[in-house]
Amino acid sequence: MMDIVYTIWLRNMKRYLRSRSRMAGSLGMPLFFLLVLGFGLNSIVRIPGSKQDYMGFIVPGIIAMTVMFTSVFSGIQVIWDKQFGFLKETLVAPVSRLEIMFGQTLGGATIAFIQGFIILIISSFIGSGHHTTLQGLLIAAVFMMLIGLSFTAFGIAIASKMEDMHGFQLIMNFVIFPIFGLSGALFPINSLPAWLQSLTLGDPLTYGVEGIRYGLAGVSPINPFMGFMVMAGFTLAMVALGTVLFRQINL
Amino acid sequence: MIEVENLTKRFDGHVAVDNISFTIERGEIFGLLGPNGAGKTTTISMLATLLRPTSGTARVNGFDITTRAGEVRKSIGIVFQDQSLDEELTAYENMDFHGRLYRIPRNVRQQRISDLLSLVELADRKNSLVKTFSGGMRRRLEIARALLHEPKVFFLDEPTLGLDPQTRNHIWAYIERLNKEKGITIILTTHYMDEADRLCDRVAIIDRGSIIALDTPDKLKDEVGGDVVTLESRDTEGLYTQLRKAAWIEHIEQHDGVITLTLHNAERHIAEIVQLSTTNGIDIESISIHKPTLEDVFLRLTGRTIRVEEADIRDRMRMMHRLHRGGG
Ligand SMILES: Nc1ncnc2c1ncn2[C@@H]1O[C@H](COP(=O)(O)OP(=O)(O)OP(=O)(O)O)[C@@H](O)[C@H]1O
Ligand SMILES: [Mg+2]
Repeated sequence: MMDIVYTIWLRNMKRYLRSRSRMAGSLGMPLFFLLVLGFGLNSIVRIPGSKQDYMGFIVPGIIAMTVMFTSVFSGIQVIWDKQFGFLKETLVAPVSRLEIMFGQTLGGATIAFIQGFIILIISSFIGSGHHTTLQGLLIAAVFMMLIGLSFTAFGIAIASKMEDMHGFQLIMNFVIFPIFGLSGALFPINSLPAWLQSLTLGDPLTYGVEGIRYGLAGVSPINPFMGFMVMAGFTLAMVALGTVLFRQINL
Repeated sequence: MIEVENLTKRFDGHVAVDNISFTIERGEIFGLLGPNGAGKTTTISMLATLLRPTSGTARVNGFDITTRAGEVRKSIGIVFQDQSLDEELTAYENMDFHGRLYRIPRNVRQQRISDLLSLVELADRKNSLVKTFSGGMRRRLEIARALLHEPKVFFLDEPTLGLDPQTRNHIWAYIERLNKEKGITIILTTHYMDEADRLCDRVAIIDRGSIIALDTPDKLKDEVGGDVVTLESRDTEGLYTQLRKAAWIEHIEQHDGVITLTLHNAERHIAEIVQLSTTNGIDIESISIHKPTLEDVFLRLTGRTIRVEEADIRDRMRMMHRLHRGGG
């Protein structure tokens, strides 16, 4: 089992390390957000009931965003494999689809994690104002990994159902962006009107963002243990969904 | 080695493979021949366990394709009609990925990869990315890759599609060698009739999902009987009507503005054909005699040609499509 998972993971890593332009490209948007929102709003936005400035506030959100977008893209890669025929090579081998799906999920999550970590390092240089402990960093890392796993699996689930990239824009606009927008990545969730807050609390990414925030900044309105349970449950659900749909792929 | 029983595949009501049965012996080179959409790829996909049959079954290397898919997969190697390499990886990495998927131990894997890459003459390019490879190089790499786990049965779906004649000969030479030296059973499809004729021990001609003939190429051609004469004229109708009366013609057929005759000792009758047309005031534009080919076999059985020309255009479109996608 693990040898095949490793094989698939290894392929994903090789492709990732080889495509430096893609690597840099997918860091562009989060960096842009970080700089423009962070510096742009830093002086005018105050987080109620907190000494933290806005830059420090959005860093965890931008990290979560990087991990989430990168992992959805990694999952969606399966469509390219379908179109370029490589998926056939994998599916005709004497290995189970479960192994392939796990390898792909782990590969995508690892890549997303690394991308998120790069943003984390950059933001600490820009000045997030966090005094993160090692323990806090580990907590943030766990949440980053969960976001990576769940959203790669989600991407694979989507890719399993799509014939080509045509539907991708639709998924981006009506699923991915709302999930990001509704999470507490860019605004504090406890000062929202009640109706919006309930939407936010229904968004799994909120728990990921707040988990990272707890890890890095040490404070968060959501109990990190509860956040962990929600994210772990969401990850299991997405991996199950991805596995079921990936098994149904017909070539 | 392969036993196919009443294998059928339907795609939403449309029958792609219609109740076919045949047996392939160990060590045989077996050809599946037929026009576009005949059902060749669908048949191979079912035998390779990638598609579930609608009904019927088959055994490959003694294993049932529906109940023992895992064993079947271990027994087979396959070169797909459309490319299936990872272009962002090197030749070596594509091979290595395959070797790991088939759980070949590291030292054996490394040895075989270098042997096979030498066999297909890609040893010096093993660390180049596949996206820098030509069509022929990619095909050779795919063949090497499919052999890495030493399959007992080897499927090749149009392995020489869109390649130049020199590369084609090259590839067929490997395949023949494999078959001779390792006794691998080979099932291939091709559009190129002459290649099937030269290479295959037996050929199944498949049309609209059904097998319409199955025998050695020689026997199939013998059944056409005698020589084949092809005539072109501005007045095919008239010529056809006249020639139909000639008793020494065994078979006459009109298709796509061409008349095809089958007769014995064609050399002797050519003069008669010419005379017959001149007395009736019909001009013959071209006349040719040849020994029957598999193309003639197909024509005789179906009244249609396999149309290699059309296939070539499709190949080119396919390649363009691929390049287009590759660029995106
Ligand atoms: N996934 C599919 N869904 C629906 N129809 C299909 C599918 N795959 C194949 N077909 C149809 O089944 C028929 C047989 O197709 P197949 O690809 O087996 O032909 P082929 O003999 O390999 O042709 P070619 O020489 O063009 O490769 C065609 O009519 C094709 O349109
Ligand atoms: Mg085909």
